[in-house]
Amino acid sequence: MISPLVLVVATVVLGAGTFAFRVAGPALRSRVTLSDRAEQLMATAAVVLLAALVATSALLEDGDFAGVARPAGVAVGGLLAWRKAPFVVVVLAAAATAAGLRLLGVP
Amino acid sequence: MWRTLTTRLGPGLLRDIALVCAADGLVGASFGAITVGSGLPLWLPMLMSVVVFAGAAQFMFVGLVASGGNPIAAVLAGLLVNARHLPFGFAVGDVFGRGLARRAVGAHLMIDETVAFALAQRDADRRRTAFWVCGIMLFVCWNVGAVAGAFGGTVISDTDAFGLDAAFPAVLLALVLPSLKDRATRLAVAVGVAVALATSPLLPAGVPVLLALAGVLVTLGAAPDPPRDGSRDPAAAPPARSEDAT
Repeated sequence: MISPLVLVVATVVLGAGTFAFRVAGPALRSRVTLSDRAEQLMATAAVVLLAALVATSALLEDGDFAGVARPAGVAVGGLLAWRKAPFVVVVLAAAATAAGLRLLGVP
Repeated sequence: MWRTLTTRLGPGLLRDIALVCAADGLVGASFGAITVGSGLPLWLPMLMSVVVFAGAAQFMFVGLVASGGNPIAAVLAGLLVNARHLPFGFAVGDVFGRGLARRAVGAHLMIDETVAFALAQRDADRRRTAFWVCGIMLFVCWNVGAVAGAFGGTVISDTDAFGLDAAFPAVLLALVLPSLKDRATRLAVAVGVAVALATSPLLPAGVPVLLALAGVLVTLGAAPDPPRDGSRDPAAAPPARSEDAT
C-alpha cells in the first residue's frame, strides 16, 4: 500500500493545483476590462461548461454508455424543469426515476 | 441569520440550495465510505474533502490510487478534471466580492453547484448571496458527510441505488435551462455538448468538458452585437436568467 506521506503530499498537490485553477480565473479577469459583449460571452462559456457536464455525467461513465436508468432520470428531471416544475420536484423526480428503474432491474 | 437570508434570497431559493447541499452530503458520505472501504486510511477522505473540495476529482483520485495506480498519475487525472474551474472563475469571478480573504475563500468554494446557482440569479447582489450561501453550506455538508462516511462505513456507499447520480445532472440542468432561452447560448451549448460527447471516449476525463468551450467560438461569428444605447445596465447585460431557480 502507498505510504501515508505520499498520500498527504499527493492530496496537498491536488488541492493546491485545484486552488490555482480556481484563483486564476478571477485574477485574470481583474486584470482586463471586459466589454459587455465579452461579459456575455463569459456567461455563455459557463453555461456551455455546465451543459457539457450535464451531458457527459448523464450519459457516460468512464467514457462508456452509463446505462438507461441514469439518463432516464435526468431526462425526466429536465422535462419537469422545462415545464417549470419546482426545483425540488425536478431533483426528487430525477433521483426517484433512476432509483425506481434500478429497483426494477434496469441498468 | 436564517431570516435575513430568507428575505434576501427568498424561501424558495434557500430551500433549493439546502436540498442540493443535503444530497451532496450523502455523496460526501459515500466518498468517505468508499475511500476507507477500499483500504485507504481513515483520514484521507476528510483531508481531501477540506483541501481539494471537488467531488469528481476526489472520486477519480481515490479510484486510481485504490486500484494500485501511480499517485502522480492520480494527481494529474484529478487536476485535469478540475481544470474547468479556470474558465468558471473567469466567468463568475465577480461574485466573490472584494478583498484578498474573500477572493481566496470564494475561489475555494467555487464548484459546479455554486456556479450554477450564482448564474441562475439575475441581479448581482442576489448572485453574490446565492454563491456564498451555497458555497458555505456545501462545504459544511460535504465535509460532515465525508467524516460520517469514513466512520460510518458502507451504509450509504452506493448512492446510485438512491438515484443520486441522476439527481446531480438534473440539478445543473434545471439551473442552466433558463439561460437557454437565448438563441446564441442555445447554439453554443448544442455545439459544445456535441463536442464533449464525441470526444469523451477518446480523451481523459475533464478534457472533453473543456473542449465544449469550442461551442462559444461558434457564436462569435453567428450572433451580431446586441443593440447598445450607451447606458450600461448590469442587470440586462447577461443572457436571460431566471429570477429564481424554482
